[in-house]
Amino acid sequence: MTRFEDELKNNNFVCSECVKCKHLVWPPSDYCNKCFGDVIWRPVSKKATLVEFSSKDGKLFCIGEFENNIRVFGTLEGNSNLIRGQNLTLKYCNYDEMPKFVFQTD
Amino acid sequence: MKKVAIVATGLTKFNKTEKSLDSIMLSSIKSLFENTRNLDQKDIDVVLTSTNANKNYLANIISELSGIKPKISHSVESLCNSGTNSLVSACAYVSSGLSETALVVGGEKTDSPGLVLNWDMSRGEFKHPIFWASMFTSAHMRKYNTSLEDLAYVSIKNHNNALDNPYAYFEKLFSLDDVMHSKNLTENIRQLDCSMPCDGSAAVLICSEEKAMKYTDAPIWITGIGQKTISASFTKNNDLTSMESTKTAVADAYKMSHKTSKDVDVAELHDAFSVCEIIELEDMEFCQKGHGAKFVRELYDTGNKKINPRGGLIGAGHPLGATGIAQVVEIYQQLSGKAQKRQVSSAKTGLVHNMSAGSTSSTVLVLES
Repeated sequence: MTRFEDELKNNNFVCSECVKCKHLVWPPSDYCNKCFGDVIWRPVSKKATLVEFSSKDGKLFCIGEFENNIRVFGTLEGNSNLIRGQNLTLKYCNYDEMPKFVFQTD
Repeated sequence: MKKVAIVATGLTKFNKTEKSLDSIMLSSIKSLFENTRNLDQKDIDVVLTSTNANKNYLANIISELSGIKPKISHSVESLCNSGTNSLVSACAYVSSGLSETALVVGGEKTDSPGLVLNWDMSRGEFKHPIFWASMFTSAHMRKYNTSLEDLAYVSIKNHNNALDNPYAYFEKLFSLDDVMHSKNLTENIRQLDCSMPCDGSAAVLICSEEKAMKYTDAPIWITGIGQKTISASFTKNNDLTSMESTKTAVADAYKMSHKTSKDVDVAELHDAFSVCEIIELEDMEFCQKGHGAKFVRELYDTGNKKINPRGGLIGAGHPLGATGIAQVVEIYQQLSGKAQKRQVSSAKTGLVHNMSAGSTSSTVLVLES
């Protein structure tokens, strides 16, 4: 189990950030994918924007974007009157064999 | 760089069988040998295998089973565009002079581990390809008013084309109504919008210009190659109405071959899902952006087989490691005038587009007679 997965299990979404160039490295890695600098873990903002969405069996899923960089798929709860670019909040995350993200509309 | 010719091909029926991967791959090689004059195992100095199966030492195993003792042999894996990746590698060996004659064989079983990329954390719990396809579809529908009916026309066109392909998985005519009412997998992806994983194998033999005439009077030349990987994570696709890797790959292939989309007589496009063909037609400049659906409708209404004459992945089936090579086999047959009922008249220039993992990687080849 990696640190990333451990933190997700505790409902914390963390990512690696380069100590040299401050680039947010996504998906998390041991080295920066811009300058190969060392990285540290840091929390990702819970605020996201809606990139795209669809539904399966009546349940919404979407791609949300954090910090103008990190995009992930997750389930989407809340208002169904959706507009691309609208604000979302990461309500919950977990790791059980694969990451799980749950967004909520603001 | 030396010119590279395709001089022979082999193919198996795409289906679901109890046969092993080795056996399926050997079948397409057997077919290639049976169809080719003057070909001896000793002629082949490179054997490349293409598959997503976790099979150690596969190229050497296939070489031994085929009675070939190559100088160079290895496997190439790149999910759904493994096949064209392996052919590009073989081209490099021949064009550089490291090889004279290279055999490329792709194969897959239905339950391939390449169907899902577990590494991609950004997909969260939405690992299956239907979810990225649904995102492309949502984006294209919103931006260009593409309808579910537009998407269904890709499926019925390609299933219709597959009826003339004796190697295709599907052997049934599907109506617009069949596609529209097939099982909803997401709100905008229906079962008949999807390609079908299956068993299958395809093989091609390539060689230098000096050797080509030994095996055929009508070699087909690989004149353009473009290949681009933007990422492994699907979510690195910034614009979900477009395929960035495909745009780069096709631009490079057109540039290398001194061709444009207007020169292409017949093309195999990677229609993993209906929306893919529409986006690819636009990104490869067969039509303007937003006009892909209209273009497909015209092809269907006029019975024009220019795009995906063998039925595409939707109609012919999708044995991952074999798909790109089977696409090349189709264009080889088209440019050789041997595509029988699928023949596009007077085809001289053909194109193959093969991509993987939601277009995070694409390969484009231009072939000429």
